[in-house]
Amino acid sequence: MTRPVLQAKGLVKRYGRVTALDHADFELYPGEVLGVIGDNGAGKSTMIKAVSGAVIPDEGEVLLEGQPVNFTSPIHAREHGIETVYQTLAMSPALSIADNMFMGRELKKPGWRGQVFGMLDKPAMETFAREKLTELGLMTIQNIKQAVETLSGGQRQGVAVARAAAFGSKVIILDEPTAALGVKESRRVLDLINDVRARGIPIILISHNMPHVFEVCDRIHIHRLGRRLTVINPGDYSMSDAVAFMTGAKEPEQAAA
Amino acid sequence: MSDTGSQGQGFEASLSEASETVAEFEEERTMVRRLQHLLHANPSLVPFVVLVISIVTVGLYIDWEAIQVAMGWARLEEVSVGRFRFFSGRTMALILDQVQIVGILALAQSLIVLTAGIDLSVGAIAVFSSVVMGQFTFRYGIPPTFAVMLGLAVGTSIGALSGWLVSRIKLPPFIVTLGMWQIVLAGNYLYSRNETIRPNDIAEQAALLHLMGWDFQIREILGYEAIRGGANIPLGVVLMLILAGGLAYALRSTPWGRHVYAVGDDPEAAELAGVNTRKTLMSVYILAGLICAVAGWVMIGRLGSVSPSASTGQIGNIQAITAVVIGGISLFGGRGSILGALFGALIVNVFQLGLPMAGFDSQWTFLLIGILIIGAVTVDQEIRKVSV
Repeated sequence: MTRPVLQAKGLVKRYGRVTALDHADFELYPGEVLGVIGDNGAGKSTMIKAVSGAVIPDEGEVLLEGQPVNFTSPIHAREHGIETVYQTLAMSPALSIADNMFMGRELKKPGWRGQVFGMLDKPAMETFAREKLTELGLMTIQNIKQAVETLSGGQRQGVAVARAAAFGSKVIILDEPTAALGVKESRRVLDLINDVRARGIPIILISHNMPHVFEVCDRIHIHRLGRRLTVINPGDYSMSDAVAFMTGAKEPEQAAA
Repeated sequence: MSDTGSQGQGFEASLSEASETVAEFEEERTMVRRLQHLLHANPSLVPFVVLVISIVTVGLYIDWEAIQVAMGWARLEEVSVGRFRFFSGRTMALILDQVQIVGILALAQSLIVLTAGIDLSVGAIAVFSSVVMGQFTFRYGIPPTFAVMLGLAVGTSIGALSGWLVSRIKLPPFIVTLGMWQIVLAGNYLYSRNETIRPNDIAEQAALLHLMGWDFQIREILGYEAIRGGANIPLGVVLMLILAGGLAYALRSTPWGRHVYAVGDDPEAAELAGVNTRKTLMSVYILAGLICAVAGWVMIGRLGSVSPSASTGQIGNIQAITAVVIGGISLFGGRGSILGALFGALIVNVFQLGLPMAGFDSQWTFLLIGILIIGAVTVDQEIRKVSV
């Protein structure tokens, strides 16, 4: 079997007396879309945060392309090519689309204006942002300088996904990307997931939306009680089976992975 | 689409016929919406307009007779005051002269408020820094150049300490700076033994401390009689304008500035998006401390003496916050323009100078400022409703 792009072994994370992760394992293989499902409080968010640097696990290790990594922050993980679209979107509502796309990795003007005065290269940033949004079919027209808070929920989601797709080189993590979206906007995001997979970048999709998970995912990781219960192939099980597994109504016969 | 996906497909079958206009960045544009968007994009526009209206209104009231004479509507003999009192270079220069300390403090306050903080210690830091500059020169005989630098360093260090408490220990800025205000002010009295250094001594022995009070006539510089009356602009005012320009540039056009706004807007989002929020907060408090110390230097030039009991220590914080709020900077952080704070400080001074000149009780000034504060926050709320 090929080597996982991103792998976690025996992750443990405790918050006081609550154990959010109890020796959780996780693998993401090249070019796949891996769904991660689990009931509320199962620890799937904590696990995703642990592999993306937002949470530092108490025990266990994270391997990126076989090399152990210790991410201390999301910025650190990002430098290694792991981009995350958080459920909260992590955008500054009062700042512009272009500002948000480049937050934390702004482009500076070449030459003395950038080096001495740290001047932002706004035209370059705006052009890039416009291109990326157009690729997603999100940018029909209008103003790249407008504040993110003037956009609808779906548009904001589109900008956040565009940001991840533009910069993510190894792994893209999407946390509930369709939760706040209408039917048509969800479809755009699902199409985008397929586009990104076609480019060879593996995706982790965390979602409660079973139809969406079953539609785009190659494998589905089911998280329960702080650890991986099983990994299923969406072709082998029905959605109600998956829900039964993640709520504990049914036990899987054998681990698929 | 693989066959495994078929389970999720049924309910979307009709989508192919659905309208393709998705997520467009369009909306209906009514006049109100346009105004809202304009103000949203240019937050310092409101205070600027208010400033212009204030100047024009106060000026028309005070100089109405002089205007009548100038326009030929009345003869000089018919009016009681025929010369311009408010619309004169002297008055305009006086407003700038009076605004410089609060104006500079408001710049420091703006930085803190943009990060959703508040700084109650700005005035105390300014006074203490001025005392350090004076006492180091006169008590220890340190050359004024170094005394000034040490004074600036002390202000910067106090800012750094507040910044450390806010960004590392995660204490609320209000509490940190409330405590720091008392500590610095008390330290200022204790250290100076409540002694004032007299203007004459400074002028004779350490003229550098007075540098920011050195003024020049605009008329001489421009070389023609552009301005009526003697319009003397002190260096402190020039420094205030340079600082405001520099900060406005840094906030608008550098990564640091974008980070300041992002941290004030939503610190968690900023952190997740890759901004080092601690470092950004630290830099803001350190810079604010330095700017307050600069205000201390300007104070020596403006007041002439070095006095630990200068009123700025007690009320400088409230004056600066007033300017910032009237200037349209949101106390919730992340919104507003630093130039607005300067306009806010100017509006207050136009009233402070103009209303008594027009014969009103000076209490009317405070009444109007109170209304402006509440009005400014109301406008801020309305502008923020721009989000759909």
